[in-house]
Amino acid sequence: MAAVSGLVRRPLRQVGGGTAPQCPRATPAHPSSSLSILLSPCQVSGLLKRRFHRTAPAALQVTVRDAINQGMDEELERDEKVFLLGEEVAQYDGAYKVSRGLWKKYGDKRIIDTPISEMGFAGIAVGAAMAGLRPICEFMTFNFSMQAIDQVINSAAKTYYMSGGLQPVPIVFRGPNGASAGVAAQHSQCFAAWYGHCPGLKVVSPWSSEDAKGLIKSAIRDNNPVVMLENELMYGVPFEFPAEAQSKDFLIPIGKAKIERQGTHITVVSHSRPVGHCLEAATVLSKEGIECEVINLRTIRPMDIETVEASVMKTNHLVTVEGGWPQFGVGAEICARIMEGPAFNFLDAPAVRVTGADVPMPYAKILEDNSVPQVKDIIFAIKKTLNI
Amino acid sequence: MTPSRRPAVKAWRLRGHLKETCGHPDGVSPAFGSCRNPHCLRSMRKMLAAVSRVLSGAAQKPANRVLVASRNFANDATFEIKKCDLHRLEEGPPVTTVLTREDGLKYYRMMQTVRRMELKADQLYKQKIIRGFCHLCDGQEACCVGLEAGINPTDHLITAYRAHGFTFTRGLSVREILAELTGRKGGCAKGKGGSMHMYAKNFYGGNGIVGAQVPLGAGIALACKYNGKDEVCLTLYGDGAANQGQIFEAYNMAALWKLPCIFICENNRYGMGTSVERAAASTDYFKRGDFIPGLRVDGMDILCVREATRFAAAYCRSGKGPILMELQTYRYHGHSMSDPGVSYRTREEIQEVRSKSDPIMLLKDRMVNSNLASVEELKEIDVEVRKEIEDAAQFATADPEPPLEELGYHIYSSDPPFEVRGANQWIKFKSVS
Repeated sequence: MAAVSGLVRRPLRQVGGGTAPQCPRATPAHPSSSLSILLSPCQVSGLLKRRFHRTAPAALQVTVRDAINQGMDEELERDEKVFLLGEEVAQYDGAYKVSRGLWKKYGDKRIIDTPISEMGFAGIAVGAAMAGLRPICEFMTFNFSMQAIDQVINSAAKTYYMSGGLQPVPIVFRGPNGASAGVAAQHSQCFAAWYGHCPGLKVVSPWSSEDAKGLIKSAIRDNNPVVMLENELMYGVPFEFPAEAQSKDFLIPIGKAKIERQGTHITVVSHSRPVGHCLEAATVLSKEGIECEVINLRTIRPMDIETVEASVMKTNHLVTVEGGWPQFGVGAEICARIMEGPAFNFLDAPAVRVTGADVPMPYAKILEDNSVPQVKDIIFAIKKTLNI
Repeated sequence: MTPSRRPAVKAWRLRGHLKETCGHPDGVSPAFGSCRNPHCLRSMRKMLAAVSRVLSGAAQKPANRVLVASRNFANDATFEIKKCDLHRLEEGPPVTTVLTREDGLKYYRMMQTVRRMELKADQLYKQKIIRGFCHLCDGQEACCVGLEAGINPTDHLITAYRAHGFTFTRGLSVREILAELTGRKGGCAKGKGGSMHMYAKNFYGGNGIVGAQVPLGAGIALACKYNGKDEVCLTLYGDGAANQGQIFEAYNMAALWKLPCIFICENNRYGMGTSVERAAASTDYFKRGDFIPGLRVDGMDILCVREATRFAAAYCRSGKGPILMELQTYRYHGHSMSDPGVSYRTREEIQEVRSKSDPIMLLKDRMVNSNLASVEELKEIDVEVRKEIEDAAQFATADPEPPLEELGYHIYSSDPPFEVRGANQWIKFKSVS
C-alpha cells in the first residue's frame, strides 16, 4: 500500500517542473514566467486553446501557484511565528511546487518536511497553534485530510468555543481540493461541504491569483482555524494581477464574495475553478443577449449570502455551480438560504444547481469529463431557468 | 557514646541502632524526637544536646540536617523510593529523595483536595447536578500532584478526559472546576465545555478524543523548541489510548525532530472495561516508544513520580529529545460515572489497592513516621480541605447557568460580532469573540 500510495501521491512532476510522461490535462504554465518548463507539443496547443482571464491588456500576469507562494513568503517574512509544515514542502519545493524557494530562504526551522503521518502532523500543527505559533499545515491533497479530519474539527475548530474563549487556534490548513485530471475516485473529492458544515472553522476557496494571494494572507493573519481549498488545475493558470495585489499588505476579507461580472438576467454563483467555466458560459450567452451576473463566493464559511440575495433581487433567477457532489452541497445550502431570506419573493423560477455527478470520480476521460460541470451544462441550466 | 566524626559511618551506626533497637524499618530515618524508645541513641543524644544548649545559652552548631523547629518537627527527611525500570537509559532517577516539611504539607493538601473534589463530584453527579460525562481520578492523585512537583509553572501540560486533578494542579480553583462541571457561568470555561474541556495557562485540557491530545502535545513541544525557552511539554495518555496509531506518529516526529516532549502513559490497568492484558500485545508501555528512552514509575508514590519527572524534564531540557514515562497507578472509580467499575475487576482488588497503596496514606505515613508532621496537623488540613470543597460545591450549585444570549459567543477569536443561526431561521444569536 505504501508504494502504491506513494506513487499516486507524488504526481509525476506534471505541474510546475520536469517532464510529464503523458500530456495531462493539467494547466500549462505561462510562457514568460520564471518557471523552467519543458512544454510538450500538446501542452503548447493547450496553451493556445486556453483563454487567459483578463480585463485590460498588458498588465502583470501571475499564476495562482506563484500568488500563493508570494502570499506565504510575505507572511513568513512579516511574522516570525508563521511556519509551514507538510509532506514535501521543503526540500522538494512542494508536491505541486507551491512552496518553491521557501525552504532555501527560511530554512529547516520555518519550512518543515513531515513524514507521511497526516493525523500526527496535523495534530502537531494544531498543538503548535495552541501554544502561540501560527502554522500553515499543508495537505498534499484534501483527500488525505480525511486521515486528520478529527484534528481539524475536534481539536482546531471547536476549541475556542469549548474553552469559553480562552484558547484560540490560529492555524491554516491548505492544499488542493476537488477534481484533478485522471486521478480517479480516491483523489478527486471536494471537501467544501464537509468543512463548510462546521462552526468554528473558516473555509475559503480562491479562484483567481488575486483571490489566492489575498485569501492566503488573510487566512494566515486570522486568529482562527482557516481551511483554504485550492485547486490543482488552477495552479498554473495566469491571471492579471492588479496593482493593489502587488502590495505586501494586500488582503481579501474572509466572508466577502466578489461579483466577477455584472449582469441583469440571471445570477450565477460559484466557487473555485467552476467560476472560470461560469464566465465562459456568460460570454457565450452574452452573444445571445443574455447577461449573466457571475458571483465568485471566495468564502464558503462564513458565506456571503447577502451579496447573492442582492443579486437575485435584481435578476430574479439563480443558478449555483460547484464541483462537489449535489447532496448536502454548497449549492444546496445557497438554495436553502435564499428560500429563507428576502430574495425568495423575487425569484421567477426555482433556483437550480449545477454540480459534479453523483458518483465516485471515474478514470476514463469521457466518464471523468461528464462527472464535472462543463460549460455546456451551465449554459443548459441557465437557459432552463430562464425558460429559453 | 563517642560518635564517629565521619558522617557516613555515623549514619550507618544510627541506621543499625534504629533497626535493631528501635525497630525502625530500613530506609526510614526518623528525625529528632520521634522515636518513643527511651533508650534510643539518637533521642537521648539530642535531648542531652538540647539541655546543654539551654544551660549554656551559647549558639549551637546545628546537627547535620536536623534543626529544632517549633513544635519539634523535622525540617526535612530522606526517603528511599522504588528504582524505575529503564528502557534505553543507562541511568534512571535517584533512589532516594529529600522531602521538606513544607513540600510534604503542600503535597498532602493538594492530594487531599483532589481526592475530596472528585468525591464531591461523584456526589453531585448522583444528585444529577452534574450531567453527561464525568471521569474521576481518585486513586491517581500522586500522578497529577507529583508531575506538577517535578516541573515549573512555565512548562506545559496536556492530558485526556480524566482531567479534573490536572486542572487543579495547573492552577485553577476547585470553585471554577466544580462550577464548570455543573455547567454554570462561573465555570472555568463559562459552562461551555464541561468535564472534558477545561483550560488554564499552560494547560491545554481536557481532551475528549482518545489519543488526539498526544500529537497536540508534541506540537506544543515543537513550539517550546521553536521559541527556545527551555520549556517542556508533558503529554499524557492512558493505557487504553496507548494503542492509538496517532501516538506512534507523534513518537516518530518527536524523536526525529528532538522535541522536548515527555510522553506519559498513566497506566491504571484498565481502558474503560478492558484490562491491559486484553488490549495490548505488549503491556510494557514504557518500552512502546521503541527508539524513545523510557522509564516505568510507581505512580502511587508521589515522591517517585516527582523524582522521575525531574529526571525526565532534565533529559528533555538538555536537548536530547523526547522521553517516555509509564506511571503505574489505579483508579478507584469506574471509567466514568456510568460505570460501577466492578464488572471487569473485583472489589477485593480495589480494596487491596486502597489499603496497601493509597497515595495519600503513603505520604501521610511517611510524614508522620519521620516527624515531618503530626497526625493532628494533617487532620486539620483534612478539615480545611473539606470546608473548601463544601464552599466550592455550594457555589457550583447556586451559581446561575450561562445566559442564553451567550449561546453563540466564542465561535471565532478576535472577530467583530456576527449572527449565529439557532434552531430555526428566526432564532438568531449574537456571536461575540
